[in-house]
Amino acid sequence: MKKTYKIEVDCANCANLMEEAAKKTPGVKECAVSFMTLKMKVEFDDGADVDTVMKNVRANCKKVEDDCEIYL
Amino acid sequence: MNKKQKKLLIRILAAAVLFVPLYLISEGIVSLPMPGWGQIALFLIPYLLVGYDILQKAWHGIKNGRVFDENFLMTVATIGAIVVGEYGEGVAVMLLYQVGELFQSYAVGKSRRNISELMDIRPDYANVETDGRVERVDPDEVEIGTVIVVEPGEKIPLDGIVTEGSSALNTAALTGESRPRDVSVDDEVLSGSINMTGVLKVRTTRAFEESTASKILDLVENAASRKSRSENFISKFARYYTPVVCFGALALAVLPPLFCVLTGLGMDGYASRSALWGDWILRACTFLVISCPCALVISIPLSFFAGLGGASSQGVLIKGSNFLETLSEVRVVAFDKTGTITKGNFAVTAVHHSPLDEEKLLEYAALAECYSTHPISSSLREAFGREIDSDRVSNVHEISGHGITAIVDGHSVAVGNERLMNSLHVAYLSCHHVGTIIHVAIDGVYSGHIVISDELKEHARLAVEQLRRAGIEKTVMLTGDTDQVARRVAEEVGLTDYRTELLPGDKVSCVESLLADCQGRKKLAFVGDGINDAPVLSRADVGIAMGALGSDAAIEAADVVLMDDDPLKIAKAIRISRKCLRIVKENIVFALGVKLVCLALATVGVADMWLAVGADVGVMILAVLNAIRCLLVKNL
Repeated sequence: MKKTYKIEVDCANCANLMEEAAKKTPGVKECAVSFMTLKMKVEFDDGADVDTVMKNVRANCKKVEDDCEIYL
Repeated sequence: MNKKQKKLLIRILAAAVLFVPLYLISEGIVSLPMPGWGQIALFLIPYLLVGYDILQKAWHGIKNGRVFDENFLMTVATIGAIVVGEYGEGVAVMLLYQVGELFQSYAVGKSRRNISELMDIRPDYANVETDGRVERVDPDEVEIGTVIVVEPGEKIPLDGIVTEGSSALNTAALTGESRPRDVSVDDEVLSGSINMTGVLKVRTTRAFEESTASKILDLVENAASRKSRSENFISKFARYYTPVVCFGALALAVLPPLFCVLTGLGMDGYASRSALWGDWILRACTFLVISCPCALVISIPLSFFAGLGGASSQGVLIKGSNFLETLSEVRVVAFDKTGTITKGNFAVTAVHHSPLDEEKLLEYAALAECYSTHPISSSLREAFGREIDSDRVSNVHEISGHGITAIVDGHSVAVGNERLMNSLHVAYLSCHHVGTIIHVAIDGVYSGHIVISDELKEHARLAVEQLRRAGIEKTVMLTGDTDQVARRVAEEVGLTDYRTELLPGDKVSCVESLLADCQGRKKLAFVGDGINDAPVLSRADVGIAMGALGSDAAIEAADVVLMDDDPLKIAKAIRISRKCLRIVKENIVFALGVKLVCLALATVGVADMWLAVGADVGVMILAVLNAIRCLLVKNL
């Protein structure tokens, strides 16, 4: 399953870091962050619980860049 | 400006107001005696005011095991400068760095908005008529088959068929074509176009999710997430670059003075050992300031984003930065014939050797063919152009592979190919024109022939010419048509090569053999109309589908979608991609070049902190401005 989220982030490099952090989160199969459109596209593993996974993604992103936000 | 940016601006201004008099005093330009510790304390006020968030972020990074980033660079550099006694420089660097950050954030926000406006085809509402009352609803909620009302000035929210009214539509947001399109009852209208003149009632044929506007928006939004090699290069580069410069700076701060102290060489220039250390630490800090990779990290994705936005404003949808990059390297273009170079509409192009009026001959032919469903007969009926009265026709015989015989107005009429004429023993004149030749015999007497052929697209020749001028080495047409037809088309249009009598599967192997001929970085693009050439579109380096408006299959299979079917757009797309990639390269070379020169200057002690931060912020601003040029593609 794929979902797109609106994000808030200040720099392009931070967006890359968020993408990496999200990719490492369990339950995330693939992730692409576009700094220009401020969108995060996440593909989930089969059977993953989207809400929990996204909460973890958000926590992990905050860890690498505390100034970011993902609108769930 | 958003809230964050305003806050930063106020902090910068306040810090600047505090900083300037302090700096003048400390440099002795304005004389006012002040003890050393008082200076530190006073300088720390603007420093913390403008840079506290950078310090915070740097600390946060260290805490989370991600030490090396630009916040860390700036923190170490400015604190280092303050520690060795250069308070003014330390604060100034932080101040100017924040000015750069503010500019960058503003410029990116601005271009983000500009580009989204270009692609602003998302309809906000639909007017649904129920019981004579018009109600505004979310386009998402409108079911297929609902009748919606579109007032002049409104966007068409959903794809549909006009049931009432006529108007002119502005389709510029979809096709980049500014000439309005006239529509009336029974015409198909696509969401995202703007109704200009009259009120339209439209019966929707697609749900919002499936409508053209959603499809295009989806495609454009996803485009930015497919990254190009250049972008991947930069993000990888940033990952290794920052640690490397940090260790470089550390080495610069420690090794030379250590060498001096141990060997006693080069000590002459310094009053004391602490002056020696101070000088090299300051050089290292300068080195750190210069090395900040912001200019690259921001300007490369911005260039691609602006390029994609600029292209879509011209009716060229590119599915990702990676395809923009590949498109710029295309040297071989393969074309499908029908629908790409030719219109694919099989029209009557000539009538020859007729003793009757051309009109009259067409009338007989059209009447004789009035029951046939063959594409040829519809072309004949279209050329005749008037209502057909089938009562005038009787005794129709369709002879498969030959043609038709019938009685029209009491005359026996035979319409068909040479074989039909031969079987009726009618002497016919063959034709030097290429196309499908329809011979007509009336009452057993030869009455001339009608030529039906596919017309070239208006701009086909010019398009190929433009491709050649853009440096395309090979233009090859792949067609299922006969050699004779293909040769004529290829000659007329000016193609360098053509392959004929190909089945759809053969086209794939043709493209494969062309791909094998492309050496090194030469790339191959295939242009088709998206109908039955999906496998070829996906096999080529770049698949370009044209005239794809409303065709889902084409949008799905292609990498580049030309919204209208004008072949001139092929060369345009290539020119846009070249411009964008040129700007990307300019920025990489310029930013890295300036940085390397300044780094060298800082190492030998020529560049001071002012030059360093000037180089950093200046390069970033210039690179961002240069990146925005990617949007300007209208007259390319």
